[in-house]
Amino acid sequence: MDFTTELSYEQALAELEDIVAQLEGGTLALDETVALYQRGRNLAAHCQRLLDGVDLKVRQLVASLDGKNSVVDFSVEG
Amino acid sequence: MQSQLDLFSQAPTPYSVSEITARIRALLEREPLLQDFWVTGEISNFSRASSGHLYFTLKDAGAALSGVVWRAQAQAMRTLPANGDKVLAHGKIGVYEPGGRYQMYVDAFRPAGRGDLHAEFERLKARLDTEGLFAPERKRSLPAHPRRIGVVTSPTTAAFRDVLNVLGRRYPLAEVLLSPTPVQGDAAPPQIVAALGALNARDDVDVILVVRGGGSLEDLWAFNDERVARAIAASRLPVVSGVGHEIDFTLADFAADLRAPTPSAAAELATPDIAELRGAVEQRQARLERVFAADIAGRRERVTQMTRSLEHLAPLTRLASARQRVDDLTARADVARAHRLEARRQSVAALAARLEALNPEAVLSRGYAIVRERETGEVLTQAAQVTPGMALTIQWQDGEVAAKVVDGRQ
Repeated sequence: MDFTTELSYEQALAELEDIVAQLEGGTLALDETVALYQRGRNLAAHCQRLLDGVDLKVRQLVASLDGKNSVVDFSVEG
Repeated sequence: MQSQLDLFSQAPTPYSVSEITARIRALLEREPLLQDFWVTGEISNFSRASSGHLYFTLKDAGAALSGVVWRAQAQAMRTLPANGDKVLAHGKIGVYEPGGRYQMYVDAFRPAGRGDLHAEFERLKARLDTEGLFAPERKRSLPAHPRRIGVVTSPTTAAFRDVLNVLGRRYPLAEVLLSPTPVQGDAAPPQIVAALGALNARDDVDVILVVRGGGSLEDLWAFNDERVARAIAASRLPVVSGVGHEIDFTLADFAADLRAPTPSAAAELATPDIAELRGAVEQRQARLERVFAADIAGRRERVTQMTRSLEHLAPLTRLASARQRVDDLTARADVARAHRLEARRQSVAALAARLEALNPEAVLSRGYAIVRERETGEVLTQAAQVTPGMALTIQWQDGEVAAKVVDGRQ
C-alpha cells in the first residue's frame, strides 16, 4: 500500500526535494497539490524511519576456489 | 611569641599528600601536548618485570624521563628496544602516585637514526610525485551518501573495530563490505592490491577505506609500497586512507583521494553524520509544510476575491438595483399623479362655478320667471311665440301658476 518503503534514504530524500520544488513552482491543480503533499509527508516519515532503527550491516569478501569472490556475513574468526 | 601562636591558630587545614599528588596528576593530564607526543632519546635501565610490563629510562645529555610499557602493548610490539638504542617513543605523561613520580607511558617505539627506510620513502615519494600520481587534480570527491563502503584492512585489528564503531554510530544506513588482507609484512602489499581490486571489480561499492592502526615505520611499510600506492591511485572507486597515527604519512595517504589521520577519522570523513541526515529531512519536511500551507492559503484568497467580484455581477444584486429604480420611478409617478389630481380638482371647481351661474333656479331667485306652453312644456323665450287664448305655465322660484293669454302682442 505504502509504496515509499522500497526507497532508500537518498531516493526518498531526493524525491521529497523534488516535490517541494514542484509545490514551490505553484502551477498545479489542487488535487495534484494535495497528492504531492501527502506523498511528501510519507517520504519524510519514511526517511525518519530509515534513520531510526538501523544497525550497521557488515559483510566480507571471501575468495572462492574458482578465483572469484563471494560475499558472506562478517564474523571475527579466531 | 604571641604572633607565632596566632600563626598556628590560623593555619589552614592541610591537604593530604594524596590530594596534592592528585592535583599534580590532574595538572599534567590536562596538558594536551603531554598526552600525545613523540620524544627522541636513548634507552637505559631497560628491564622487563615479571608482570610483563617494561621499565626504562629515556635520556639525552641534559635530562632523563622514566618510561613504562604495559604488558599488553609490549606483547604487540614486534621488536623491543635495548639499552643504548636511540629511539622515538610515542605516548603520554602520567603520575605514578604511590611512587610520587611522573613517567611516560609509551605505546610505540621507532628506531631513530635508521636513515635507510626514510631515504627510500623520500626517493619513492619524489618519483611518484613527479609522475603526477599525487596530483590534486586526480583527487575525486567522495559520494555524499555512500550506500556500500568497502574496507581494505585486517579483520582482527583495532583499526577495523574503530571503523565499525564510527560507522555504526554515525551512518548505520551504510553497509560495510570488508575486503580482508594482511596489513603488514612482506606478503602484505600484493594482498592489499588484490583486496582493492576485488572491491573495484564490484558494481555495488561506492567508496573504499584503506585503514591500518598505528605502529612503527616498519609496521606501516606495506603502505609505502609502490604497488600499493599505484593501486590506490588507479582505483576506479574513490579511496580514503587512514593509516597509523596522525603524524604518520604514507605513500598510500598521498595516493588516496582523501587522507585521514586515523582509521576512525577515515570512517568519519567518508560518511555523513546521521544527525545531519535527520536535519536534512526535518528541514525539507518544514519546507513542504510551509509551501503547502502557503499554496492552500493562496487558493483560499483567490476564491475569496472571486466570490467578491461575483457578488457584484450576481442576479440578486442586479435585481436589487432594478428594484430601487422601480421605487424611484414609483415615487416620481406618485408625485406626478398628485399634481394632476390637484389640477383636475381646480378645473372641476371652476366648471362648477360656471355651472352654478347657469342654474335657472338661481335666475328665478333674482325675480325672473320661466314661461312654458302648458301642453308641450316648450319654453317660450319670445313674445312672438305667444298667441291669444294659449294655455301657459309660469314657473317662479317657489312654484308654478297656470295662466291663459288674454290678448296678443301689443
